[in-house]
Amino acid sequence: MTDTKPMIEVKNVWKQYGDAVILEGMNVSVKEGEFVTLVGTSGCGKSTFLNMLLGTVSPSRGEILLDGEPIADEPGPDRGIVFQQYSVFPHMTVLENVIATKAFQKPGATGYLFGGARRAAKAEATEMLEQVGLGHALKRYPHELSGGMKQRLAIAQALLGRPRILLLDEPFGALDPGIRADMHELVLKLWREYKLTVFMVTHDLKEGFYLGTRLWVFDKLRHDPHAPNRFGANITYDLPVGQADKQIYKEINESLRPVPELVV
Amino acid sequence: MKKLINQTPSRTLTLFLGLLPFVLLLVLYVVSSDARLELNPNDKLLPGFGQIGDALSRYALEPSKRTGDYMFWQDTASSLSRLGKGIAIAAVLGLLIGMVAGALPLFSAWMSPLLTVISLIPPLAVLPILFIVFGLGELSKVALIAIGITPFIARDIVGRTREIPAEQLVKAQTLGANTSQIMIRVILPQVLPKLIDAVRLSLGAGWLFLISSEAIAATDGLGYRIFLVRRYMAMDVILPYVAWITLLAFLIDLGLKELNRRLFPWHAQGGK
Repeated sequence: MTDTKPMIEVKNVWKQYGDAVILEGMNVSVKEGEFVTLVGTSGCGKSTFLNMLLGTVSPSRGEILLDGEPIADEPGPDRGIVFQQYSVFPHMTVLENVIATKAFQKPGATGYLFGGARRAAKAEATEMLEQVGLGHALKRYPHELSGGMKQRLAIAQALLGRPRILLLDEPFGALDPGIRADMHELVLKLWREYKLTVFMVTHDLKEGFYLGTRLWVFDKLRHDPHAPNRFGANITYDLPVGQADKQIYKEINESLRPVPELVV
Repeated sequence: MKKLINQTPSRTLTLFLGLLPFVLLLVLYVVSSDARLELNPNDKLLPGFGQIGDALSRYALEPSKRTGDYMFWQDTASSLSRLGKGIAIAAVLGLLIGMVAGALPLFSAWMSPLLTVISLIPPLAVLPILFIVFGLGELSKVALIAIGITPFIARDIVGRTREIPAEQLVKAQTLGANTSQIMIRVILPQVLPKLIDAVRLSLGAGWLFLISSEAIAATDGLGYRIFLVRRYMAMDVILPYVAWITLLAFLIDLGLKELNRRLFPWHAQGGK
């Protein structure tokens, strides 16, 4: 975080599927250690953008640079991910799920650890699980966990891989408000501790306003009422969190929710 | 009175209703058998339980005069060995083909169309070819079972592999996993319980192929015996053999179900 050179540079990125333009002309850069929250209506391209960082979607035009090099176009260990669901392995216990991270980090054909390596991984995994508050549930299977516990597990799993970038795709969308607040605390704590660069997609504007350092609102700048897919979205607000006032919050809130059905 | 769709039997009634058809069938058989034997004591079509018991003890408890074997057990051992080998080969091949075609698009591109066409070939139509290529021995029977079941299992495993949420495969990659690690640690353990289910479903076809091939060319086996004694209208042998095959099929199915529950507790409890 010492240098001012951006870690991630997005250069004139477009994404379109056939005639439907999802994103158009995105230009933005992010420094190491930032916590960016992405909000916007459904289908505004925020998840598409996250998937480009992840490597499962490639831009149609333009490029995304990571440390000056084009970002890998497949998922890799430098970018951790937590999805809203299906993020953990259902056939492994909580402890096994996290040990698996260590096993996957070692080159090899099977992805299993033995002997001393396994013992070391087990100790490290247990410590990580205690840190996220799952120390009491090591032997349980994911289907025996609550939604919040599953997400804690998914985060522990991702963090043990020591990624530089952590991507969160609506990670708390399915959780109760109280549990969500606990999870916010956990994510902020881990972000500081592990000096991560975080991108979090959320439906919840409040989450974007109070979590992290930077808020991006995705929306379409131009609308063609006869061809809704004609124009793509871009970042319409790029705000440092903490400096945004109530007026802007209201403005964004209204722009995000022109239709009552979209309120989640 | 509740609508029929909402009426559920109590536990006792369920048990009673479950046993009822079996008891009725048994009574029907005994009555018909008695009626026929009354008219003609030498009737062979519906033998009484005494005659069936005699025949069974002759086959199961006395060594054959010709070969010195206990025919019933010899037949059982031969048939189960053929069925076991055939199913085991089919399960291993089906698992490998299914996982590779299901997980790797580059392989799926040429394997899936081939698999679809192969699975449409009626296995029994290939039996003459197997006899020509492998001879009339054990190999052709095992091969028929394996060839008949492998496409079914492979296609099932392809589907099961693709059912695994893409999120899991992406997640594994972000943890540093390579392709073979994902196959072995993420996909394989999740399709193994489905493989056992697929084997259970394919056992019926397995028995069909076994008995067909034994009926055509064999010197022992449950299917061979049934078709052999048909020439003498020996219903007193055929009926217990059919009942025995049914019992074996039931026990194998039950065993596999139990194995699944023991080996993969997370799957039995609905973990996804």
